[in-house]
Parts: sequence; structure tokens; C-alpha cells
Amino acid sequence: MKIVRKAQAGTMQSSDLMVFLEPAPQLRVEIDSTVKKQFEHLIRRQVEAVLDRLSITSGVIRISDRGALDYAIAARLETGLFRACADQKESL
Amino acid sequence: MVTNSLGRQLPETFFGKKVQPYQDPYNRKPVGNHATRHLRRHNPGDNKLLDSLRAAIEVSGLKSGMCIATHHHLRNGDALLNLVVREIDRMGIRDIRIASSSVHPVHAELIPFIQKGVISGFECGVNGLIGEMVSRGELDCPIIVRTHGGRARSLITGEVVVDVAFIAAPSCDCYGNMNGFFGPSACGSLGYAFTDAQYARCVVAVTDNLTAAPVAPVSIPQSLVDYVVQIDTLGDPRKIVSTTTQVTRDPVGLQIARYAAQVIDASGLLRDGFSFQTGAGGISLAVAEQVRRMMSQAQIKGSFGCGGITGYFVDMLEEGLFRTLFDVQCFDLKAVESIGRNLHHQEMSADTYANPFNSGAMVNLLDCVILGATEIDVNFNVNVNTESNGYLLHNTGGHSDAAAGAKLSIITAPLLRGRLPIIRDTVTTVTTPGRTIDVIVTERGIAVNDHQQELKQELIRRKVPVRDIVELREEACRITGEPRPVEFTDEVVALIEYRDGTIIDAVRKVKE
Repeated sequence: MKIVRKAQAGTMQSSDLMVFLEPAPQLRVEIDSTVKKQFEHLIRRQVEAVLDRLSITSGVIRISDRGALDYAIAARLETGLFRACADQKESL
Repeated sequence: MVTNSLGRQLPETFFGKKVQPYQDPYNRKPVGNHATRHLRRHNPGDNKLLDSLRAAIEVSGLKSGMCIATHHHLRNGDALLNLVVREIDRMGIRDIRIASSSVHPVHAELIPFIQKGVISGFECGVNGLIGEMVSRGELDCPIIVRTHGGRARSLITGEVVVDVAFIAAPSCDCYGNMNGFFGPSACGSLGYAFTDAQYARCVVAVTDNLTAAPVAPVSIPQSLVDYVVQIDTLGDPRKIVSTTTQVTRDPVGLQIARYAAQVIDASGLLRDGFSFQTGAGGISLAVAEQVRRMMSQAQIKGSFGCGGITGYFVDMLEEGLFRTLFDVQCFDLKAVESIGRNLHHQEMSADTYANPFNSGAMVNLLDCVILGATEIDVNFNVNVNTESNGYLLHNTGGHSDAAAGAKLSIITAPLLRGRLPIIRDTVTTVTTPGRTIDVIVTERGIAVNDHQQELKQELIRRKVPVRDIVELREEACRITGEPRPVEFTDEVVALIEYRDGTIIDAVRKVKE
């Protein structure tokens, strides 16, 4: 899949996150989190796992996290990616 | 470096004083007598009323290097501390220590005065930005965090000498009689200010409601007050209430409250004469609601409600579920309104409430207290001072006092807060020692401390989900992932004093 348009997913509620996506020539992941000190490494690992699985190799991915658990990170990022990518029907 | 009995590393001296390492909750004996102050004489016709704060500061004899205090009953609505410090700055006085009963986010206005050298340290805990900046090393300003009982103790023993106490007096006459019950800035109980009125070298009553003498009823009497000053406003009592003083609707919180109520029921303490304290947090109030229901159903007549008092406790008093309330601080306006009206809603000083070095504090008579926690370790030690990012953000309040006094100290906390596991191998900071904590209640189970075997067996018999605390910790970390430890430098920026004056932990500067 390829990010072709700006998109976002999620909320700013506690225990949730916002994902902001936009097209770019290179892949860049920016993580901001209320628990960045303790969990940045695990948030990044989860984001990278989803990007890998959906074969995303370019685009800017900004995460604004409010202490979400791994499953919420995966769900929000996938939703954002489906909105940002060309063929929304493309399956997992 | 010295190490206390909980293994916490402490500096040998701090803020010019030798550090006494914490040993255990009950055995430190006080030596010596009550602190003293000069006698004074006021003859008939002598005037106490001054026309400005500045005039009061001048006649009080406040000089650079001294110590001042205010009380925090108006909480985040307090205007007085900021006003006093601004005036002190204008007069060119520097190097002042603050020994108020607490400092709130509204006092972030003091930050420029810390940077300027007007304020050189806090003999009390702080809530909010000041603590965060000190933790980051952005403010050079030593802090000694004290419990409510510990603060009263420190004034009474003379460990902290308050040179001038500025007491916000919502109702006051020109001879210094005051109460907190009435007036535009009514805050209810003046519990924390009693010790200041008795022990400060100079006592200034500050009011925005000067009434004809004598004020009635009298909380703090004229015989303890040196000067009276009238100002426009003491602050905004609507800001006493923090957003959390309502029963939680969160299903996790309600589950915790149900379990906590089951623990109280199983403890056998819920009988005629039951005494009870909770905080004002949403889960605490949900527990209070459950207890109220159980007491009504079983027609139990309790003895007293204690601590910071909320409208919930007022309702319980008026329904006849308690004979009396002992109120050191009103947590909401319903409590403020009640204390001026209900004979059995009694004002109580911080000394009577929680000081370990008197002939017996009220917390000693508590059956059960519900307390919160930011973190808990597998030895039941509790942190309420620092957040998991390492910043000093909260004052202790009466946490350690009530835990030490009550027969049954229950900590209610969600197992996860956002992504943070609440139960850890070690807490960032120890506020309250595990020896004074009996039960931890989470939504995923209840951990009972080893010294409460009988209660543990009873809970198991009642099929309440009792879990090993290590098991709860592992379950939490399975869900959140293992957090990376926050890194600290060696520089100590604050001490956490236990109620008896020993040091239970040190707060270090966070490595950014």
C-alpha cells in the first residue's frame, strides 16, 4: 500500500491516540506520547510492525499518543492507512 | 549518602539540615518541649487593624532569610500567597522560605520570584508546575514535602519556625477573631491554620470580610492574632473543588469501588461506631456511596467521618449514619455550607487530625480509610508524590497519616492508568510505607498485605478475587509491556518527610 493523500484516525482521549498521515518520498515516523520516556520503544515497534505488514515504504506518519495499548495503536494506524492509501478496498 | 530502612538512598544533609533516615512508622520518640514564642501584651484601646499588607509586613519584622506561611483551604482559588510574595518582593526582601500547608497550580505565579531569589525554598510540598520545574533542574529551590500531620508536628517541635503567618480569614473582626464559615471567600474549616496561629512568631489575619466584633462563632481567637489587614479578595472559593469530586461513572472505577466495599464488609469493622475517611477522588466517593448503602440497609450507626470533608459525608451525617464529622478541610462548597450550620460538623486542627507527636491524633481512632496511589510496589509501599515520568507533582496531604492511624487502610487504584502499570517492582518515590497499608484494590483483583492473614482468609472464603501482588504486577506488565525506567541524576531536589520527621525518600533531578 502507498500513502497518497492526507488522512487521520483516532481521538485525543486518554488511552487513545491520533494518527496523522501524509504522502512523502521517504518513510518518516514521528512519535509523541504522554508516556514517551517509558514506552517510545514499544510504540515504535508496534508502528513498524503494522507498516511492515501493510508494506508501507514511504510517507510521514505522526503519532500523538495518550497512553494507548498496543492493540489500539495497531487499529488506529491501520484505519488511518486505509484512509490515506489509493485502494481502500485492498485487503490485509 | 545514608540508606533508610526501605533501602532508599538519602543525602546526609539537605537545605542546611541533617537528614534523619526513616526507620519504622511507630517507634520514633519525640524529645524536648513544644516550641515557644515571645509573650506579648495588648492593652485596651491598642489597635490591630492595619491598612495594607505592606504595613503588616513592615510591623511584623519580616526580614530576608525568614520564613512565612499561609493555609491552603481555598486550594487552587487562593490569592493570598501570591499577593504576599509580590509585596515582599516590592519591599526588597529576599531569601524567604515558604512553609504553607500546601501550594497549588495557581501559585505557579511564584516562579519568577523563585528565579529572582525572593523565595529560596519550600518547607512544604507543592502541586503542579513548581515541582515539575524543580525536577527538571529548571528551578533551584529545595523542597521538603510534609504530610498534614507532619507539618503540624514540624511547627510544634520548632523544627520549622514560621516567622510570619498570613492567615486568610473569610470572616474576621478588627481584633482578629475569625472563622472560615461565612463571607464571599468562605472555605469552611481553617484546620491547617490553627498551628500557625499558635506557633508563628507573628500572626497576621488577612480578610476580605471585616465584620463587627466579635465574629461568631470564633474558630481562631483574638488572643492569638497580632494584626488584621483588609484586602479586596482572598480568592475564589469555587476553585476549592477540583473536577474529581464526583462519584466516578467509569466502569473500571465502579468495579474497584464494589470490591473495596466487599473488603470493608468482610473486615468486620462495619458495625455501630464505624469511623471512616475517604479522599475526594471519584473512586473514593464511589466507595463512600457503597458504604452509605450498606450502613443504611443494616441500620448501622457510625461514629465519625474524618479528614477532608465532602458533601457525601455531610449527607451521611444528616441521614444519621455518623454522629459527627471531624473536618480539617472542606473539599466542596456543600461541606463549607454545612460546617457553619451543623453543630456536629466540627472543625479540627491538623494537629488534632494527624500529628504523631501529641497525646493522640484523630487518625488513631479511624476504622477504615480509602486512599489513592500513583504507584504501588510489591511490598505495598505507595507513591503519591512523583508521577511515573519522575516529576514531583503532588503533595502528600494526609495520606501517610491516615494510613498509619487506621485499622484498615485500603488503596484503590486501577491496575493500568493509560499505558502505565500501577503496581511496580519499586516505586519511583516512597510516600507511605507498605507496613501501614493493608489492602490494594484493583479492578483485576485484590492484594492483601501479609500482616492481614485473617482478613485475607475471610475474603477468600467470600470468593472475593484475592490475588498475589506479584501476580497482579505481572498481569499489568503483560498488557502494557515493560516500561523503560526513568533515569535520574544524583542531584537531590526534594525530600519526602514521613510524619514523624524522618526522611522516607529523596526526589532526584530527572535526566532529560
